Amino acid sequence: MNFSYLLDPEHWDPDATGGFPQLLLAHLGYSALALLIGLVIALPVGLYIGHTGRGSFIAINAGNAGRALPTLGLLMLMVTLLGLGLLPVLIALTVLVVPPILTTTYAGMRALDHGVVDAAKGMGMRPWQVLTRVEFPMALPVIMSGIRSALLQVVATATVAAAVGLGGLGRLLIDGLSVNDYSRVLAGAIVVAVLAVALDLLLALTQRWIVSPGLSGRAVARTRRATTT
Amino acid sequence: MITFDDVVKVYPGGSTAVDHLSIELPTGKMTVLVGPSGCGKTTSLRMINRMVTPTSGRVLIDGQDVASQDEALLRRGIGYVIQHAGLFPHRTVLDNVATVPMLLGRTRREARKAALELLERVGLSEDFAKRYPAQLSGGQQQRVGVARALAADPPVMLMDEPFSAVDPVVREQLHREFLRLQQDLGKTIAMVTHDIDEAIKLGDMVAVFRQGGHLAQFGTPQQLLEEPADEFVAEFVGRDRGLRSLSFDTAAKVPVRPVAEAADLVLDDAGRPEGWRTVGGTTAATGGVFTVSDTLRLVTDLAISSPAGIAVRVGPDGKADGIVRHHDLVDYLAARREDRAAESRA
Repeated sequence: MNFSYLLDPEHWDPDATGGFPQLLLAHLGYSALALLIGLVIALPVGLYIGHTGRGSFIAINAGNAGRALPTLGLLMLMVTLLGLGLLPVLIALTVLVVPPILTTTYAGMRALDHGVVDAAKGMGMRPWQVLTRVEFPMALPVIMSGIRSALLQVVATATVAAAVGLGGLGRLLIDGLSVNDYSRVLAGAIVVAVLAVALDLLLALTQRWIVSPGLSGRAVARTRRATTT
Repeated sequence: MITFDDVVKVYPGGSTAVDHLSIELPTGKMTVLVGPSGCGKTTSLRMINRMVTPTSGRVLIDGQDVASQDEALLRRGIGYVIQHAGLFPHRTVLDNVATVPMLLGRTRREARKAALELLERVGLSEDFAKRYPAQLSGGQQQRVGVARALAADPPVMLMDEPFSAVDPVVREQLHREFLRLQQDLGKTIAMVTHDIDEAIKLGDMVAVFRQGGHLAQFGTPQQLLEEPADEFVAEFVGRDRGLRSLSFDTAAKVPVRPVAEAADLVLDDAGRPEGWRTVGGTTAATGGVFTVSDTLRLVTDLAISSPAGIAVRVGPDGKADGIVRHHDLVDYLAARREDRAAESRA
């Protein structure tokens, strides 16, 4: 086993079919699509349950059930039911990302300082304003942690797409294993890992940008520095 | 004027939080709702801005039933201050204060300008505007809470234990500032506290509640101290209520004797009291002096605590202009009591 496959410049040619750039793009595509669909489903549901306190058993049970499902098994089931194609892969990956987003969104909303929400209502905010202007921004750090954990999982797991004939970095693993080319398997594993870490960093930066300094503790750190120096 | 008209609140499960409450909180005055925990004072307060819906009865502001008004619009017209301030942690101090004006549709610029003025009003400099609540002390947060409630200049304010989360020294300071602010603004205020001393100090009117949501007594602080309606109120307002009731009268009418009668009083060249001559020939501290605008309570305290049993009065220039011996004070208090008894008979 060595790095020869990874370091071969030919495999980095953007036009090469089966080269890293194209596999990476496909992999990113599956992951992003699944994450997006997952967000569209889990975020509103989590916010609704957290805001109203109604149906919290859904958040908890769906979270646990979702985690218990093996993605590969689910994918095979979907392929049996729906045939080959992008859809079964997206369904399997979406089922993977919904639980962490749903449970953290719910948890972030439940953990809010009750006094602050009471003040928001008492000052005359309508329920929608309380949700969008107070509850959501305050819960955002926790929600972001759920999204980041979902992203890590989906990027690592999107390799299963290759098992049902699609592209993505999983190709390197599946094809490498079938022809005993361990250098290729290693290259696939490394690129997936680097991609996951890079995307997580990107989200960490986004989080810094969208979460208020009043919540992240940066503002407090700033005054402490200012007063101690 | 805020009117409670036979208001009842029964929670599902049958516990009664408020039991047939009928009181009127006068316009421009501060009414304090006080009582032990679980007496229904907070529930009553929260009915005014519809955070709690009465089981029966009506709550009216200036004759208008609050139940007939749009919930959010009603609340925007009522200042709301809560324990621990409840500031939005993700917004700067300035934007916290600007919240209600923004809800009322004012532009961000106008709202922030008004917010800056209010911060100054509650004693916070412009430097605080850009900070976040986590960067403030508890007392500063509570000031921002008051500024936020005042931002849209509402005629009515509700305050739910606004000063209970800060230490006694800061609380004292906030009380003073708040009384000064209220003197300028003359809002109709309903405030909840469990601290009877705070109620007596701040309230123009005080409503004492007892367990089960009953109103035990509604009156001025002086009435509570001097004519408690029953044993519960008497006990609740405390054992030294006689002494405390002396805080409501000034020393203006206390008869004084000439300064020369106090042989042991040491004066400086200008005639200002310096202290008391002691047996050993040294000078002990005066322990304090009073002016005509101080309270009877202070005079009593000085007369009891000074080594000579004498309270010294000073004029505006700081010169001693009279003394009160404590037996004179006892005579005066006795005469005052008889006058009052005669007054209430008449």
